[in-house]
Amino acid sequence: MPLAERRKRTEPEIPSASLADIAFLLLIFFLVATTIDVDSGIGMVLPPKLEENQQPPPIKERNMLKILVNDQGQVLVEDRPIVSLRQIRDEVKKHILNNGQDPNYAESPDKAIISVKTARNTPYRVYIDVLDEIKLAYREVRDMVARQRFGMDYLTYRNRFAKDDPEKDEIRKLIPQKISLAEPDPGTGGGQ
Amino acid sequence: MATFKRKTQLKQSIPTASLPDIVFLLLIFFMVSTKLREVNLLVTLVMPQAEEIEKIEQKRLISYIWIGKDKGTGQYRVQIDDALVEIPEIRHIMYKKLLEEPRLIVSLRVDRDAPMGLVTDVQQELREAGTLRINYSTKRQAAT
Repeated sequence: MPLAERRKRTEPEIPSASLADIAFLLLIFFLVATTIDVDSGIGMVLPPKLEENQQPPPIKERNMLKILVNDQGQVLVEDRPIVSLRQIRDEVKKHILNNGQDPNYAESPDKAIISVKTARNTPYRVYIDVLDEIKLAYREVRDMVARQRFGMDYLTYRNRFAKDDPEKDEIRKLIPQKISLAEPDPGTGGGQ
Repeated sequence: MATFKRKTQLKQSIPTASLPDIVFLLLIFFMVSTKLREVNLLVTLVMPQAEEIEKIEQKRLISYIWIGKDKGTGQYRVQIDDALVEIPEIRHIMYKKLLEEPRLIVSLRVDRDAPMGLVTDVQQELREAGTLRINYSTKRQAAT
């Protein structure tokens, strides 16, 4: 039985020295193939669909700041033409922080509504610019209130106290973002 | 000199037995986080820029809608997944997606010069479907 003896002595083994190399190769492939581009943009929540005979809730005229954008990208705020988009930010801030002083602006920050209305041929770019200015106005107001109350800017406050639960966010309750997107006018020429 | 001799006797080496395990762990992480399938865009678009933007962390919740010029005809069209769709179809497609993922976020990737009428039509369809969380995808613009 010399044959059987010989087989016993050689211990079969899979060479595992190159295992790490193979794994590294695969790793590098996936590293290269991965795209870590975080999607960023302006977040909005659309209003839910109205039921057949349901009327939109009544809103006081003064609480609504109307922003109108026409085909050429010209902007009207409360029927007044504006020169630069920067003015939108100031108007929105004035509207939110009015607290009932000026009868043309909102009664209180939580009742303030910004209404954006576009024409069908308004370029999307202008709409985004306007929306951006409104968002920036809200950001500035929220930052200001957060500094007054908590001594930090809004993002820091939110990350510290209301990270998981929007219900705890006091500033969000005080100054809710109410942006209404009105259906556009047919405008001249119509859409595509 | 006796103290110097003592030091050199130990053979020092980093244990590499667990190296494959570590690498495999990394590998699995990247395999899971990689989304290999790139959508073949049928429309051309240049995204607008904005300043006050937020990031979406939960990438898995996002579903994209592209609005841009058709590469063939130059008309503004809507693309979902790999196909160009007509406006009235959107509500059915998005409703199906919403049933699969109730926390769906719709990311609208719209060309800078697209007419608002088309965007609004798409938004009306999204309201019909009940997918109310949307995101206007924009590039970052330097603060002014």
